[in-house]
Amino acid sequence: KIELVQIDGLVLMKLIKHCHEAERSGSLFVQGALLGLVSESRLEVTHCFPFMALGDDSQDDDEFQLTMLRRLRQMNIDHQQVGWYQSSQFANFLSLTLLESQFSYQTSIEESICLVFDTAKTAQGFVSLKAYRLTGETLKLVKEGDYSADNVKENNISYESLLTEVPIVIKNSYLMNALLLELQEQLPLQVGGSQFLDLGTSGTLETQLRVMMDSLDELNSECLKFNKHQQIVLKQIQEKNKYIQKRAQENKQRIDRKEDPLPAEDLNKLFKPIPPPSRMNPLILSGTIQNTSEEVSEFCSQSMAKLFITEPLQAAKASAASSSQ
Amino acid sequence: MAVNIRVKVHPVVLFQITDSYERRNIDSDRVIGTLVGSVDKQCVEVTNCFSIPHKEHTDRVEADIMYAQEMFDLNKKVSPQENLVGWFATGNEVTNHSALIHDYYARETKDPIHLTLDTTLENGRMTMKAYVFVPLGVPGATTGSMFTPVPVEVVASEPEIAGLDLLHKSKHQKLLTRPIEPLPDLTKISEAAAKLEDFLDVLIRYVGSVCDGSHQADNVIGRQLWDLVQSVPKMDSEEFERMLNSNVRDLLMVIYLSQMTKTQLKLNEKLSMHSAANIKEMAKLIPSD
Repeated sequence: KIELVQIDGLVLMKLIKHCHEAERSGSLFVQGALLGLVSESRLEVTHCFPFMALGDDSQDDDEFQLTMLRRLRQMNIDHQQVGWYQSSQFANFLSLTLLESQFSYQTSIEESICLVFDTAKTAQGFVSLKAYRLTGETLKLVKEGDYSADNVKENNISYESLLTEVPIVIKNSYLMNALLLELQEQLPLQVGGSQFLDLGTSGTLETQLRVMMDSLDELNSECLKFNKHQQIVLKQIQEKNKYIQKRAQENKQRIDRKEDPLPAEDLNKLFKPIPPPSRMNPLILSGTIQNTSEEVSEFCSQSMAKLFITEPLQAAKASAASSSQ
Repeated sequence: MAVNIRVKVHPVVLFQITDSYERRNIDSDRVIGTLVGSVDKQCVEVTNCFSIPHKEHTDRVEADIMYAQEMFDLNKKVSPQENLVGWFATGNEVTNHSALIHDYYARETKDPIHLTLDTTLENGRMTMKAYVFVPLGVPGATTGSMFTPVPVEVVASEPEIAGLDLLHKSKHQKLLTRPIEPLPDLTKISEAAAKLEDFLDVLIRYVGSVCDGSHQADNVIGRQLWDLVQSVPKMDSEEFERMLNSNVRDLLMVIYLSQMTKTQLKLNEKLSMHSAANIKEMAKLIPSD
């Protein structure tokens, strides 16, 4: 059971570099491996390396990983893989591939985590790093591979219980601290502060809302599909009922006429069972919308805080202007 | 002459070097490795690095060239825009062996740079220096080469600064007594506002001292201050109120809508599960013959 994820400062810097570099060159999702070790209930991530861009050659990928791990081991770097990371923009990381990859990691290495690094938020100045693991119920669901509504209901899975979040702490060794002190003198850190106080919020807000609207549209169509399926199944049940009753009646009449009853027919051949639509997509979409709407609320409350900061400034300016007249 | 080169280093490179130094074998005193990045006219930008295994004896150096080649190829697969630009070593000085190692790198790329990072904290600081190998001597007579220092500085993009900001919080904490977690957004904003306040205080004090005559007036700063004051948009309080209110209303509406969406999601899920259960119940009611 992992309760805490401890990340080295080096890993954070490498993540930032890789994800932002990739974003600049256009690829939206980049992935990589996390290396480290497990100690009691704490997972320590000490190193990471990026994966190649997803191409057609998955064999190349495996070779790349193996060579990388071998070489890193020569340099005394922890070579045990403890998870993987993925970049995302504004919390749109949830997808079936993510769940399946995390499933394969969690089954092979029990303590593995998935780190999601949000590039859009970091560009705004807030380092956004979250660690997720699949819950026990999701593990069962993915293993069975049956995403129908019945199975989901039986295992009591809701979109909120797909992933659990694990708290993250950041740690640096003493030598790193010395390096940080050195960097503080060299890099004027004041440069980074201004973007927080930027009042122009409509751009980001628009993008976030658009993402949310798209997901909502998709969720809507999924719901319509589900409802239609329900109606068809209901109609089928009613027809089955009618058919059985007709059969029973006919049989009764035949018995009255002293004839053999009709042979029992396989209902399933007459009324083919309709495959239920997978509940996975709606679950994922609901999860994404949930995440996005939380981000939007947070962003709006920040922007409001910034607006309220300017209010007394304006008041002071007005009073200064009036007092100087 | 190539001595006009400026070197820009990203923080991630320094972190990597420090980390490799911490993980070195017990018998090695220093760590060497390859620097990769890009060259743009007279400016070399170092964006990544990796260390290579090596052993130093009194008269010779052994370094695993295959390893360096392989790591460079692997790196190229992930970041095709990074080229070999030089090599690094920890420690404070350039030794005899450095010339040999530099020779190897000179074969790989034109004019490599050599970076040293003093992880041994010899002067109480972690000094970083960069060199190029410059041929000198009298032409026609004995020529040699020497390492000439070139200006080097640390540059970071905005996301990197945000990351460093977070790491700085941890540097005054003792190891693992109170670990730092990524901060919630509002805290960051209040911090930035406090910083802004500090800046304004410094500026006001400066202006006050210039007016008093205790400080020499500087034209450049004066002009910048003038720009600063002029850049505040002029509007009367009514206009400002209106703008503020409309923005606040927009934001409140978005917050309300997102809360409503969340509730709708929950409802949707409950209802779908319920109807699925219902259908199952109805299916059970079909009498089987």
